[in-house]
Amino acid sequence: MKQIKMKIISRRNVLHLLGGATGSVLFSKYALSKPNLALNKIKEISKNAKVDEVDLFLDVPEIAENGNQVKVSFDIESPMTEEDFVKTVYILADGNPAPNVAKFSFTTDMGACSATTRMRLSKTQNIYLLAEYNNGNFAMTKSKVKVTIGGCGG
Amino acid sequence: MSKIKPRGKVPKTASVDEIIEIKTLIRHPMHSGRMKDKDGKKIPKRIINKFLVKFNGKQVFGMDLEPSISTNPYIAFPFKAKKTGTFDFEWTDDNGDKYNMSRKMTVS
Repeated sequence: MKQIKMKIISRRNVLHLLGGATGSVLFSKYALSKPNLALNKIKEISKNAKVDEVDLFLDVPEIAENGNQVKVSFDIESPMTEEDFVKTVYILADGNPAPNVAKFSFTTDMGACSATTRMRLSKTQNIYLLAEYNNGNFAMTKSKVKVTIGGCGG
Repeated sequence: MSKIKPRGKVPKTASVDEIIEIKTLIRHPMHSGRMKDKDGKKIPKRIINKFLVKFNGKQVFGMDLEPSISTNPYIAFPFKAKKTGTFDFEWTDDNGDKYNMSRKMTVS
């Protein structure tokens, strides 16, 4: 009799655990649907202007084993003349505690629009590249990076 | 803490209109303000927040760094060689310190 009772309890426990698990899955889904800080930041930077999603060359690893040092580089095709050049490039990450990663200011003296740096990523997330042209146009692209070990401490 | 030391790699010579690549690295902890030390206390935020490059006194490249940039920030960027001159690199720390470095380039 005692054994049966224990069984019942354990089954209940299992059910409880299952309930908890589905609950947390639902919760994480809810958490994912919270406002995307990076996209909000893009809106803020572009002052709600239209941002074309085009295929800019953003080079990030598909899987980052160590979130502390993730190489990020980009190369935007542009003649870089006084009439037509890329003024500013932003890198944003939507899963980090703060969406901003870096802002690059380019000049026509550079002859090309590319740069490389290394960033920290706390978890698997999207990386956004936002380019602002001298005529006020914006273009962006995004790329997903899977992070095995987060790199933001804490 | 290890000494903060900037390093840079600029080609000594370049031909006219050649696009060269400049690589820089500064040894800096880049404390994001979120990490904890051995005793579990938060390390206050201290990062390099600005990087500026001047060529013969004129600004050619700038970068604003955020806490999401890794320790020992590495920055590489292109430059179109037109004339002989000197690059001046400047990193600005959160505490107001500035670290400078210059490199000469001869264009033939």
